[in-house]
Amino acid sequence: MFRSMLGKALGLVGYTIQYGCIAHCAFEYIGEFVVCSGPSMEPTIVNHDVVFSERMSRHLFKIQKGDIVIAKSPFDPNMNICKRVIGLEGDKICTSAQSDLFKTHTFVPMGHVWLEGDNLRNSTDSRNYGPIPYGLIRGRVCLKVTCNLLSTRLDDSTPLEALLRHLMK
Amino acid sequence: MGVTSLSSTGSCKIQLGATCNCSHACVLIQGEITLQFFQMAQQTSAWRRYMQAFISGFFVAVPVTVTLLDKLAYVARVEGASMQPFLNPDVGAQCDVVLLNRWSVKNYHVQRGDIVSVVSPRNPKQKIIKRVIGLEGDFIRTLGYKNQYVRVPDGHFWIEGDHHGHSLDSNSFGPVSVGLLHGRASHIIWPPNRWQHIKPSLLPNRELLYTEEDGE
Repeated sequence: MFRSMLGKALGLVGYTIQYGCIAHCAFEYIGEFVVCSGPSMEPTIVNHDVVFSERMSRHLFKIQKGDIVIAKSPFDPNMNICKRVIGLEGDKICTSAQSDLFKTHTFVPMGHVWLEGDNLRNSTDSRNYGPIPYGLIRGRVCLKVTCNLLSTRLDDSTPLEALLRHLMK
Repeated sequence: MGVTSLSSTGSCKIQLGATCNCSHACVLIQGEITLQFFQMAQQTSAWRRYMQAFISGFFVAVPVTVTLLDKLAYVARVEGASMQPFLNPDVGAQCDVVLLNRWSVKNYHVQRGDIVSVVSPRNPKQKIIKRVIGLEGDFIRTLGYKNQYVRVPDGHFWIEGDHHGHSLDSNSFGPVSVGLLHGRASHIIWPPNRWQHIKPSLLPNRELLYTEEDGE
């Protein structure tokens, strides 16, 4: 009896390892769901939106100008930022604000990209900290998950509390 | 008439003159039509079993191997002379092969003096292997950078190759973001006479000027 229990336990461990590895490969090489927070990509992506970011473009080096990407923050590798690619390596970027009289330009160095948020007034991006290396990009946002049930949430509550409040009405 | 008997070896016996609509091969023996599908069935099931074993093995082996290489350890060959004399000391001989430990860098913790592999900031398809000279908040005296003294910004570190002058490192492209860290070289595993554990050590002329770490 002990031997059969040991056999079953080992089988369970084996299956857990196998499916854990398959899940890791799926998240690392296919795509993952990301919850975005912050106002820097409005109106495209608002606070608490769930998006799907695919990893294949990043591994195949097919990120293009205009893509929205998720990248590791250059100042804290445990934080992620979600911005739009404005320029690839070698591109000429206009760095002066629209109100300036004299326009200044920079060139994006080799192996780097220039990111900017869609909400230009409320976004810290490459205009503040410069171009970031391509190696920090994690994935390209391709889908946004929308759920009409959560459109009545209050500003300060999490989507789960808003859902429960809605269901209890 | 149809089938009259079905033996355990899987052959049908039908009367002479009747028709057989099954898919087995029919062999005429002594006035009776005996259907011998024994041999053909063996071949079909062996092929199917082989394919099933191959596919299930494939779906187990490939994700496990990829996860091990991503999360645990990685073996890499060192090319170039930027880390001489520590790595690749003989120019004409074989290149060193190092074991890169990916588990110890999953929280991005490195020490000064470690040899690490990072994704090159100039070319994201390439990995470069260098030594960590300074962490965030340290003041470094540079060799050939545009500023002579540099404070390493938050979330960055300063890497240099041991062979100054033959090395594309932070003296060329500045501090490197910690997010580009790929792995820490823990052992030299080839050639066998250079098998050793790599300990973090700084060259004597690359000490820090000042560090902002707590307690110092």
